[in-house]
Amino acid sequence: MGLDFSVVPQYLDIILLGCAWTIGITLAAAVLSFFGRIIFAVIALYTPWVIRQPFRLIAWVFMGTPLLLQLFLIYFGLVQIGIDLPAFLAGIIGLGLHFAVYNSELIQTAILSVDKGQMEAARTVGLSRGQALRKVVIPQAVRSVIPPIGNNMIALLKDSALVSVIGVSELTLSAQRVIGRTYRPFEFYLMAAAFYYVINLGMEWVLRKIERRISLSR
Amino acid sequence: MTDQKDFVQIRHAQKAFGKLEVLKDISLNVERGQIVAIIGPSGSGKSTLLRAINDLDPLTGGEILLDGVQVNKTLPHRQYEKHINEMRQQIGMVFQHFNLFPHLTARENVTMAPKMLKGLSTEEADALAEEQLDKVGMLERIDYYPSQLSGGQKQRVAIARAFAMRPKLMLFDEATSALDPELVDEVNQVMKTLAEEHMTMIIVTHEMDFAAAVCDRVLFMDQGVVVEEGPPEVVFRNPTQERTREFLRKHLAGAK
Repeated sequence: MGLDFSVVPQYLDIILLGCAWTIGITLAAAVLSFFGRIIFAVIALYTPWVIRQPFRLIAWVFMGTPLLLQLFLIYFGLVQIGIDLPAFLAGIIGLGLHFAVYNSELIQTAILSVDKGQMEAARTVGLSRGQALRKVVIPQAVRSVIPPIGNNMIALLKDSALVSVIGVSELTLSAQRVIGRTYRPFEFYLMAAAFYYVINLGMEWVLRKIERRISLSR
Repeated sequence: MTDQKDFVQIRHAQKAFGKLEVLKDISLNVERGQIVAIIGPSGSGKSTLLRAINDLDPLTGGEILLDGVQVNKTLPHRQYEKHINEMRQQIGMVFQHFNLFPHLTARENVTMAPKMLKGLSTEEADALAEEQLDKVGMLERIDYYPSQLSGGQKQRVAIARAFAMRPKLMLFDEATSALDPELVDEVNQVMKTLAEEHMTMIIVTHEMDFAAAVCDRVLFMDQGVVVEEGPPEVVFRNPTQERTREFLRKHLAGAK
């Protein structure tokens, strides 16, 4: 039995819907991880030990265990203590937190490497430390880590396939379902791969636009 | 309100890093509207003294008063933060390396603090930015980012930023030292304009010509003490101290 792509068009709607879920989950997780990173970095740098330490523990757990296991814990485990999340939400939280802790050190370093004259200048016009961090230091730190964060988003997109295991009909699971009906794994897995690649190209294009936009303001 | 003569009072200022004494019991009064230059070799403590005035480098002893209010009060942390932020709004500072906010345009650099701290609306803040940037000759570049400006232009924007808070006192920490020689003059011109408006200014500088032309008083500092002070024509032409003479000889010879 050779390859036969003629069955593809009739299942295209399912695959495209899968693409939409993949894009949605990736973007939501990216936003969550973006703000999560900043929050983790600020906690790590500027809060007293009693607050910092528990967060470190959480960060360590997220960094030191498989993402797959984390997704199982959030989706299946939390139900037992009464937190029943929809699968897509569990997926977004899992992916978002995982990537947030994974690179919060990046932002910590970036915050510390903002020239100390910036904080001084902000303080001399009368801003408090918190205001200076929020309006002057953190925006600059974030700008300086946009390129590595962009690379991270590509990893995030690929890892979003993992949420198929908790039953979110994203691209990978959609492909699997279609394969279940058509028994044509090669065609549809290949197609899913092609779609991941296209989404990736789109994301890179957007990221490059953003990078160009902020290059003046650095 | 205090006597005009005691607008800025520095009383027995001391600063030590461990055993190293950077400022040794310095006292100084500045009148309202007066312009004082502080000169001296590097490591003499002149920048430290300037940075103590707005508490960027807190003193280890002594008092600083602005218009009768003590800047470096001893207060519980929270109250102190509130107090010092209010004091700093009244003290503008210009740095050697400009320290403009690179992620903001010239306009936003100027409007940020007035908007956040004085509650100006966007329209009011824009009007303020236009007024202040016009004064330093930077109105055409109002929506440029610092990376698009020359050093002299950056420093002029930094002066506008400090001035937008309508400070009572301006501090200049070697404002022209990091500039290419051909850009020094445009910044000096702006400072002269401020001088003509009778802004009270304390200027740490290496530029003796500028100090002589603009300032009412000159302080020569060395090794944490004020060695000599007086009107520029006396300090520059007829210094009484040997250390002053030696410094000026080296400095003027080096500058030419």
